[in-house]
Amino acid sequence: MTSSLRLRAGLVSIALLAAFLGVWHLATRSAGPTAAMSPEYAKLMGLTATQGKSAMPGPLDVGAKLWEHLKRPFYDNGPNDKGLGIQLAYSIARVGTGYLLAVLVAIPLGFLIGMSPLLSKALDPFIQVLKPISPLAWMPLALYTIKDSSISAIFVIFICSIWPMLLNTVFGVASVRKEWINVARTLEVGTFRRAFTVILPAAAPTILTGMRISIGIAWLVIVAAEMLVGGTGIGYFVWNEWNNLSITNVIIAILLIGVVGMLLDQILARFTRMVTFPE
Amino acid sequence: MSTFDNPFDPDRNLRAGCVCGQHQSAAEHEQASALRCDPVESEEKRYEGVVASAVMRAMFPQDVARRAFLKSVGASTALAALSQFFPIKTATEVFADTGTPEKKDLKVGFIPITCATPIIMAAPLGFYSKHGLNVDVVKTAGWAVIRDKTINKEYDAAHMLAPMPIAISLGLGANAIPFTVPAIENINGQGITLAMKHKDKRDPKDWKGMKFAIPFDYSMHNYLLRYYLAENGIDPDTDVQLRSVPPPEMVANLRADNIDGFLAPDNICQRAIYDGVGFMHLLSKEIWDGHPCCSFAASKEFITTAPNSFAALTRAIVDATAYASKAENRKQIAEAIAPANYINAPVTVLEQVLTGTYADGLGGVKTDAKRVDFDPFPWQSFAVWMLTQMKRWGQIKGDVDYKAVAEQVYLATDTKKLMTEMGLSPPESAYKSFAVMGKTFDPTKPDDYVASFKIRKAS
Repeated sequence: MTSSLRLRAGLVSIALLAAFLGVWHLATRSAGPTAAMSPEYAKLMGLTATQGKSAMPGPLDVGAKLWEHLKRPFYDNGPNDKGLGIQLAYSIARVGTGYLLAVLVAIPLGFLIGMSPLLSKALDPFIQVLKPISPLAWMPLALYTIKDSSISAIFVIFICSIWPMLLNTVFGVASVRKEWINVARTLEVGTFRRAFTVILPAAAPTILTGMRISIGIAWLVIVAAEMLVGGTGIGYFVWNEWNNLSITNVIIAILLIGVVGMLLDQILARFTRMVTFPE
Repeated sequence: MSTFDNPFDPDRNLRAGCVCGQHQSAAEHEQASALRCDPVESEEKRYEGVVASAVMRAMFPQDVARRAFLKSVGASTALAALSQFFPIKTATEVFADTGTPEKKDLKVGFIPITCATPIIMAAPLGFYSKHGLNVDVVKTAGWAVIRDKTINKEYDAAHMLAPMPIAISLGLGANAIPFTVPAIENINGQGITLAMKHKDKRDPKDWKGMKFAIPFDYSMHNYLLRYYLAENGIDPDTDVQLRSVPPPEMVANLRADNIDGFLAPDNICQRAIYDGVGFMHLLSKEIWDGHPCCSFAASKEFITTAPNSFAALTRAIVDATAYASKAENRKQIAEAIAPANYINAPVTVLEQVLTGTYADGLGGVKTDAKRVDFDPFPWQSFAVWMLTQMKRWGQIKGDVDYKAVAEQVYLATDTKKLMTEMGLSPPESAYKSFAVMGKTFDPTKPDDYVASFKIRKAS
């Protein structure tokens, strides 16, 4: 039963994709030569102007270009032209660093706040104000104070991915069942032991949910940050191709950003399943 | 006449007075005609020329005698004779040997537009390595970022808009940090591009209510567009909307019908034409022929901490600029700077910009070899003009010491020394008068100039 459902779902997915690609292909077909122009003039103009080619590339253009990129993902033609594999590696490394720093700060701090109702109430307004700030708003400030663009990018990842983790940790720790804590108290378990053996396992699913939201945000942020700062990374690649007005390459980058984001999310989802317990 | 000229040419004048006889000195003649920097085939040849000139001058203090000598024996015999008792080769080597750079690995930031041509091409065409440097040219996402990264010392030097180092030194839009311009990157090289729907609206007097894009507030683009509009009776602050938009977005916005036109650096204007979304209304050269556009900038701190690196870098840039100024090299340059690592644009577009034979977007092919040109000398009068416009449009308030700022930021004296060493012929004075849309600018009376405009921001 489930396998037939999966099969049918797969078929519907493929049909939807085929329909989407078909419409896309038809919508972006070139309309044939446009207004008459002298050959000398036509030589100086692009295909959009001479062939009536749509400014939007078709699926075949994107496919061909994607294949070209996938064939050589790790080439290095100097500081401003590297393969997509290298660009993605730079971005993932930045996200990893900023995210790990955020984990190191958010989880202990969240624990502390969650265990103390006073701190929780006192810090809440600050967290609520800092949480909705866009990564791009932090960027000029970071560049100006840190004075290093790659550390600034990592800082922006850190500052944007810390809040969901922090809030979820606080929430998870604060909502551990009172009975469990009381049982631990009666058994005269020390504070540290209580934190690690009772609260942490109980709060773990909530904490990991926070981490999962955060990795998504971190991946969103890196593209924006790299577009602004430039240099390396998939965000820089998007900017560089935008600068060249190459929509084909921009679409390819968007596709890859989506795939990598999904993989990162799946990794965290697997961790979440590992720590979830039936009540 | 340029220092590149052959010292064994009997008609060449090695001393005061100019070739055409109408000017008091060669420099004045130079100023009257445009500054030329035509490089000889190789650096060595050029240095050899400079050394040989000095020797000839010492041997024949009288011009008449030298001419007679050269006419009677011929240039090659003269060179052979001279070499016999004066080691020109050795002298040239000693002359060309400059201090070792304190720092060899340098980072230079650039924005991917044709204005950055000398900075970019110096990497693939080997001008940096020729001067003993290992330079990474790093593409940067925008003017504000290039400013911040240069201030942060991530870049040792950078491509900036000509007015930016002045703005940074004055603390406009950033902390005041002394910045300098040892060389102008390019002259001319911008244009006003309009959306296709304005094909019949060529008179700027009809442009009220239109939306225009410029790349940055402290830019020649901003000042030239404002100047052009104001001369045509349009107040750029109230009659039209000027928006700061990154160049690639200008083309997309023009396509989306979101703006009516822009004054942008080139390859962007040509790109809009290439994609069929706009046409060239006017080259910026038609507003002011020979105007500066972008500059090569470094912080004062870099100059003091690494003077030899700075000198070598400037020499490489001046050298590349001289190479780029030659029309016959432009095709090769277009090919060298087109790949993704540099400008990342179609070669046809860059070729049209650099060679000056271009499609105008209305079905015609136009030719203007000086559409973009390269001339490194940082005229201080350029800086004074930019300051007058900053004042005119309310970017700086209160009194300005035009001359002091210009001389602090635009390093004409140092560049002159460097150019002379390289065998180029820089102009004597760092001030020259020029005309913008027919109105003459006198760099000694900047305040009168500002006051002479009918349309300006009340300060």
